[in-house]
Amino acid sequence: MNEWAYTAAFFIFAAVTVASAVGVVTKNDLVHSSLLLALCFVGVSGLYVLLQADFLAAVQLLVYNGAIAIVFVLGTMLTRRSIRHGTNHSEADAPSRLIGLISGLFVAVTLGVIATTPWNYSSAGAVQDTPAVLGRLILTDYMIAMEVAAVLLLAAMIGAIVLAKGVDEE
Amino acid sequence: MLQEFGNVGLLLIVALVFPLLALGTAFLLRPRDPGVEKSLPYECGVDTVGTTWVQFRASYFLYALVFVAFDVETVFLYLWAIKFQELGTFAFVEMFIFLSILLVGLGYAWKKGALEWK
Repeated sequence: MNEWAYTAAFFIFAAVTVASAVGVVTKNDLVHSSLLLALCFVGVSGLYVLLQADFLAAVQLLVYNGAIAIVFVLGTMLTRRSIRHGTNHSEADAPSRLIGLISGLFVAVTLGVIATTPWNYSSAGAVQDTPAVLGRLILTDYMIAMEVAAVLLLAAMIGAIVLAKGVDEE
Repeated sequence: MLQEFGNVGLLLIVALVFPLLALGTAFLLRPRDPGVEKSLPYECGVDTVGTTWVQFRASYFLYALVFVAFDVETVFLYLWAIKFQELGTFAFVEMFIFLSILLVGLGYAWKKGALEWK
């Protein structure tokens, strides 16, 4: 029963993720695309839960749905609606054969690598209470990495301010 | 742990089924009599004039970008808050350094006048 529910949940989340990702590309309206992107992120966080990475799932919801998806929705607000019906018209910039070929090749190579890699399965059980373990690690062993992350965030923030202010002065 | 998330899954299913049932029943029972008046926004203020899709100034995007940076910061704050009592002063000083690095960014935004809503 448990195994069955797990498999069912995996396929439901995988289907939601892939279907919404396809929708992001094919939808005609930019707003629909960005909302489907949010749904895609929810599906990915469901997959993280199934991998017993509960903190990663929470972060996925918090950062990707709470912030990145919001950025996309806000970004559509700043775009100018085109005269044509759709805002995300895919017929006009349909991929050329060359791009199709390259992406197809990429998919084929990736699938080939996945199929031929000898996967080593870890026998260690899943870590319970992952946030506590992660918290202890980043505050002791990986403290330098955490401070570097702060510097990276600072750089991102200053970059954002410079970009947005530069737009303002035009 | 997955057992506990099973309860979340149950809640998700209820949250999916309930609106479908409510709207589905309404769809089956309602009389069909469409009209122009009925497709207007209901109780949403004055009717719009011109196109509804206007372009806002791109400088508002700044708030979204700064928000993303602070949102990523909360991830670290959350981990610190869990282990705060166990690690004590050391972790406190560490998080203080972390936050003061980010405060430089906030100070820069302030100095640049980015926090003023124009």
